[in-house]
Amino acid sequence: MKIFKTVGLLVLLVLAITFPLVFSNPAVTTIAIFTLMFAAAATGWNIISGYTGYVALGHAAFFGIGAYALAIMCQDWNIPGGYEPFYLVPVAGLIAAVASILYGWIALRVRRHTFIVITIAMFFITQLLAYNFRNITAGSTGLGLPIPLDWGGYFFNVPFYYASLIVLLFALVLSWWIRNSKFGLELLAIRDDEDRAMGLGVNAGASKLIAFVLSALIVGMIGAIWAYFVESIYPATTFDPNFDVAIALMTFLGGIGTLMGPLLGALILEPTQQYFTLQYGQNGYYLIIYGALFLIIIILMPRGIIPTLTDRWRIFQETRHQHREDGVVITAIAGKGDKGDSVKSSSSEKKEGINL
Amino acid sequence: MTLIIEAIITGLLTGGVYALMSSGLTLLFGVMEIINVGQGALVILGAYLSYALEQQLHIDLFLGLLITMPVMFCLGILIELLFIRPVKGDRTMLSILVTYGVALVIEGVLNIVFSANLVQLQAWYITASFQVGGFYLSYIYVFGFLLAVVLLGGLYLLLYRTKFGHSLRATMQNRTAAELIGIDVKRVSTITFGIGIALAAAGGMAFGATNAFDAGSSYDLISRLLAIIIFGGMGSLSGALIASLGMLVIEDVTSVVWSPVWASTVFFILLVIILLARPQGLLGQVEGRKQ
Repeated sequence: MKIFKTVGLLVLLVLAITFPLVFSNPAVTTIAIFTLMFAAAATGWNIISGYTGYVALGHAAFFGIGAYALAIMCQDWNIPGGYEPFYLVPVAGLIAAVASILYGWIALRVRRHTFIVITIAMFFITQLLAYNFRNITAGSTGLGLPIPLDWGGYFFNVPFYYASLIVLLFALVLSWWIRNSKFGLELLAIRDDEDRAMGLGVNAGASKLIAFVLSALIVGMIGAIWAYFVESIYPATTFDPNFDVAIALMTFLGGIGTLMGPLLGALILEPTQQYFTLQYGQNGYYLIIYGALFLIIIILMPRGIIPTLTDRWRIFQETRHQHREDGVVITAIAGKGDKGDSVKSSSSEKKEGINL
Repeated sequence: MTLIIEAIITGLLTGGVYALMSSGLTLLFGVMEIINVGQGALVILGAYLSYALEQQLHIDLFLGLLITMPVMFCLGILIELLFIRPVKGDRTMLSILVTYGVALVIEGVLNIVFSANLVQLQAWYITASFQVGGFYLSYIYVFGFLLAVVLLGGLYLLLYRTKFGHSLRATMQNRTAAELIGIDVKRVSTITFGIGIALAAAGGMAFGATNAFDAGSSYDLISRLLAIIIFGGMGSLSGALIASLGMLVIEDVTSVVWSPVWASTVFFILLVIILLARPQGLLGQVEGRKQ
């Protein structure tokens, strides 16, 4: 089983690396770049919202801060278009991460439900500040980034593709490492029962803040790459409330709190969305279709694809097992009772206790 | 000085309208633990309904409310039954996504039916004004405020003088206990959703009479409404009332003494300061441990 997993992951990685060599059409690679960006952002977002259960809907603020940080650095230091701005992407991410310490410090003082609304409000404050601090952000006039003149035609998208892929891999490795570390266990404990976790010696405040900052780091880096890709940024497009909801929806579709869920959700949703945009443009019909998609996903699959399929598989295995053993009814009952449970108990680790 | 007094008065009067819109939002959070981010779009929908009635059938804006509010009440009940009730799992989080989806659909429909141009409601009391002290005030501000007083007064009576109000407040205090003593919590939730949306429609009419709007105005509106209910404390009606009045007065005074650009920023900074001192908002309750 483990060998299948490793081979599968390697095949996926090779496919991802060779993708722009096979499909060199810029229209296709542009969709691929956006998909990778959203996949990385959703994976980063999952670190705070999936693992701790503190759903943040203001990460577009860090996306925007990363974007503006890169634009301002390039402008002030007269950096020419080329590979140099990519070296500054981690710096832009760090700037977003530092800013997120302040955000997290304020927002994480309350529990889940109020936290959601506070992050939304803080996002709007940031957008407002981007409009108002004209001497830094140039207000609604927007900022331009250096244009890589040497990269013409088909090649233009390729560096952006690999930059996004690297950030995505970084996000996945970070997320995987957290999931398998003591720190990750603490985050999951906070999600399941914060008071009890604190009683057991988890420093909930610090853990939540670290998770928050790490997720902001990844989202900030993606914001920087995005800014370089679109070449001119404005407060309205850079601080976009749709971004928050998009990554949240992707994560929910794939399975919140799982490692690969956000990636899977982004792989399904982002190309779909780009396709609809190409077909209908950003008008009323597009909004109706996108909104309807939202409602269908949430109503039909509130727990996401991965947890639902994992449960199906587990129940299938258990019933087969039961037929063979001809007994042990308790297992099946416990398994079925767990099926209707909330998103909270979807992690596969918890299930181990049930199998006695 | 007159300018500041004028700013305070208009701030208080428009604040009443915002109280109308935000009371629905905070009520929904208190009763159902859901955050209706579609409230902004629903307010705009209410404004467009009043606009359509006035343009097509020449019905007065305030009389039109007798039609739009019941219509929006029914729409609210429909939304609750179709989209909110089936939601399983983390209700608060999923409700945001669901109501956001509803908002997108509404925005799309409004974009198609009414083009994306800015419109403003028309009536004699919007253009006419009267003199108070040293300045002129449009009638609509006073009428809008009176509308808010009447509707919020009605809401108060409903909450504190009727059997339904008792059930609603019981549900707010403790959902499980309310269910145990035989309150039909689901029915209460559905009706509350309808009431919240109907109030949004009334607020939308008053909003549309004082501001030019299009379908995209909902984003600006929902950010302000969310800020208001956080400031007042989520789930607290009187908190929402105080915060609405406070927000609009602060904004209007700031734009007079400093600059309109910074008007909402000052309020938001105040919000952050409040949150540092009282994370649960002015009159909010500390979220207890989930049973």
